[in-house]
Amino acid sequence: MTLEVIGISVLWLFLFGYVIVASIDFGAGFFNASTIVTRKHHIVNSVIQRYLSPVWEITNVFLVFFFVGMIGFFPKTAYYFGTVLLVPISISIILLALRGSYYAFGTYGTKGHVGYTLMYGVTGVLIPASLSTALIVSQGGFIRETPTGGIELDFLSLFTSPFAWSIVALSLVSVLFISASFLAYYSSVAEDIEALNLFRRYTWIWSFPTIVTAMGIIIEMKWHNPTHYEGMLSLWWLFALSLVCFIASLWLLKKRHYGRSFIFVVLQFAIAFYAYGVSRYPYLLYPNLTIYDGFTNETMAYALITAFVFGFMLLIPSLYLVFKLFIMNKPYIQKRNS
Amino acid sequence: MESVELSRYLTMLTLSVHVIFATVGVGVPIMITIAHWLGLKRQDEHYLLLAKRWARGYVISVAVGVVTGTAIALQLALLWPRFMEFAGQLVALPLFMETFAFFFEAIFLGIYLYTWNRFKNPKHHFYLLAPVVLGSAMSALFITSVNAFMNVPQGFTLIGGQLTNIQPLVAMFNPAMPTKVAHVLTSAYMTTAFILASIAAYHLLKGNRHEYHRKALALTMKIALIFSIATALVGDLSGKYLAEYQPEKLAAAEWHFETEGEAPLVLYGVLTEKNEVKYAFKIPYALSILVHSNPFGVVTGLNDIPKEYHPPYEIHYFFDIMVTIGIWLTFLSLVYFIALWRNWSFIKTKIFRILLVTSGPLAMIAIEAGWWFTEVGRQPWIMRGFMQTAEGATDSPHVGIMFVAFAVLYLILLIGTAVVLTRMFKKNPVELELEKDSIEQRSVAK
Ligand code: HDD
Ligand code: HEM
Ligand code: HEM
Repeated sequence: MTLEVIGISVLWLFLFGYVIVASIDFGAGFFNASTIVTRKHHIVNSVIQRYLSPVWEITNVFLVFFFVGMIGFFPKTAYYFGTVLLVPISISIILLALRGSYYAFGTYGTKGHVGYTLMYGVTGVLIPASLSTALIVSQGGFIRETPTGGIELDFLSLFTSPFAWSIVALSLVSVLFISASFLAYYSSVAEDIEALNLFRRYTWIWSFPTIVTAMGIIIEMKWHNPTHYEGMLSLWWLFALSLVCFIASLWLLKKRHYGRSFIFVVLQFAIAFYAYGVSRYPYLLYPNLTIYDGFTNETMAYALITAFVFGFMLLIPSLYLVFKLFIMNKPYIQKRNS
Repeated sequence: MESVELSRYLTMLTLSVHVIFATVGVGVPIMITIAHWLGLKRQDEHYLLLAKRWARGYVISVAVGVVTGTAIALQLALLWPRFMEFAGQLVALPLFMETFAFFFEAIFLGIYLYTWNRFKNPKHHFYLLAPVVLGSAMSALFITSVNAFMNVPQGFTLIGGQLTNIQPLVAMFNPAMPTKVAHVLTSAYMTTAFILASIAAYHLLKGNRHEYHRKALALTMKIALIFSIATALVGDLSGKYLAEYQPEKLAAAEWHFETEGEAPLVLYGVLTEKNEVKYAFKIPYALSILVHSNPFGVVTGLNDIPKEYHPPYEIHYFFDIMVTIGIWLTFLSLVYFIALWRNWSFIKTKIFRILLVTSGPLAMIAIEAGWWFTEVGRQPWIMRGFMQTAEGATDSPHVGIMFVAFAVLYLILLIGTAVVLTRMFKKNPVELELEKDSIEQRSVAK
């Protein structure tokens, strides 16, 4: 394996980590808010609160890891993505900032203000949408050269592209699907039957839109980016495997094995995510930038990988501790329900 | 306005907001540790409650620190894409490690907060603070080393626009780093101590006679004194560093035009069109002493530096503000300390308490002034000697509107933080909490 491939694989891992933890978090916020409207809030509230409290900062760090690492391993991305994404990413930052701080205000400060909850829910769906513009732009076709030799984002073609909107749609429905599946599992651990039933229903509701939009995108890719489409076709078996995991997760859900069902949801996304990543090799940005011409110098690459290995040896035990103490600690999860 | 200027203003805005929370973020863990340790050692529930309450407020500040930090980290790439493309090859290592340090800190902070009374041996709970203190200090160290690098870039060779011979550790441990990191850390500890002292003084000023606030004030003022002295000493070293590596910044800060010995330290005053200093307060020999520890040492003046590399002369005022506040706060905490020791009662007067209440905000102003001084004083360079600020900036036409959007965001965050913090502590006053704790203790004892 070359250094470039190691670098991008590490980053892809962070991004995947972020997609999963953030989806759970965004979706939880959305369900928390939407159930106020549908008057089912009392059912989900305690499960969601228990889960959200200790982990929200960890979610954010995954994102920071990803883009700091991206600039570290591939400094040229700072130029391309930094220049064209000023507006969409700034919007994401603002939404993330409102979300993070108001969550903290609502949880540690003044309890239970409806405004906070609603803000938390609304930003939970807007952030995936605005962040996914980075992915959309990386598919190529939305950047044009300026007369002065610079580059800029072509807003018009971005907003009128069905391909772009499909990715946005996929990001939204998969957030809700992943989140519902996890929360169903979480409520089953907490033995909160009412919440469990509700989240199981949500998982069913959001599962089919997820798979339909995902397939739609693969088909649209044919027109939008034929090179990438070819790459995807050559990996068809991976996407098929992902589909098998999807079916397995639904089957396990029906059989009421919630933990295993969630694991298959993660597997489904992991396989599709990596297949998608591999199929676009070696492009970071079609057609301007590949992982080879954007790569940092060798010394820095080794330094970053070393830092990463040491950092990870520090983090894994501490993350395990959090996991034991809060997320999967039965007495802790059940405490407020009693 | 050009997008370069707007990018500078937006960077300035975000960092000025972030540094408020970052400073508190670096400082509070140490204060919690000291209070918690005293509480365990003396079996004093007041100190334990101090640790608990500070930690609770700290969470809010960390939350806003995280979101503003995320904003600046992304904005570096959004606003300065050329700079990040270039510098990313050289200082990605400390940037990357900062994230790890912070992650480490955040995890243990979370565990600390949620595990009061969950350990059989209370010492184990206390030990959780070690990674929090260490993590926050390392965060500051790594990020400050990036900024130091911008002032004295090294650890690479530039041949025909190509970077070669790159040494990330040499880049990180540059000559600006030791004094910068030390000054940032001591000033953060100092500022946090004064802020917490302000809060205690405020309660006493409002007529609250509780032991708790007295203990808090005495403790924080003592810590503040120690770190004020440390900050001033390191500040002196920073001046010596500047004279050697960035003479233009020091000369501009001091309106020192002629290269000469026996140089006076110029405080306040105005500069005329013809670069004459008027109405200033001059301390003879002091600049030579600051630079060379010798009243006759020769200090490079601006006239020996090409005009296009002169930083804006306004940084003089930022330097003045920082130094004045530094000296004043050292004096204030020293007076308080002596008076406490000799039992002088004037420290209980209203006037003195008002002075104490203002100390925290003043220290924060000194932090802002200090950063504005070094950052504006680096102009016209973004990477001194290698890249000018204008070369690093984005050419996007949308920076202006983003500036407005972020300004509104920060306003909301600042107001929100203030409201939530006051409400949080007003609703749950010390007296109430102490009572609750003792009831709990008694029921446990039964
Ligand atoms: C409570 C805050 C505070 C106080 C009281 C002081 N400083 Fe300071 N100073 C800072 C907070 C600060 C800072 C915000 O932390 C800076 C900005 C960048 C840096 O490295 O530290 C800084 C920078 C800074 C620099 C520029 C370093 C550089 O550009 O690399 C010098 C020369 C001094 N300081 C000197 C002093 C002196 C002689 C002081 C005498 C009392 C002093 N400072 C008090
Ligand atoms: C010298 C000035 C700075 C200091 C002392 C500092 C310190 C800190 C601290 C202590 C935190 C944790 C939040 C808290 O505990 O309140 C934090 C957060 C953060 N800071 Fe700064 N910071 C500084 C400048 C910067 C700059 C210039 C950047 C951009 C590269 C940055 C990026 C971040 C990020 C990304 C976070 C969020 C952490 C995360 O989510 O991983 N900071 N900073
Ligand atoms: C947290 C405390 C800090 C504050 C309050 C601060 C303040 C400022 C100010 C006032 C400017 C504008 C200078 C001008 O345009 O005249 C600026 C520029 C800048 N700062 Fe800082 N700064 C801080 C720390 C840092 C750190 C730690 C870094 C590096 C990681 C950094 C990177 C930059 C960059 C890239 C610019 C834009 C380029 C330039 O104007 O030279 N800053 N900052």
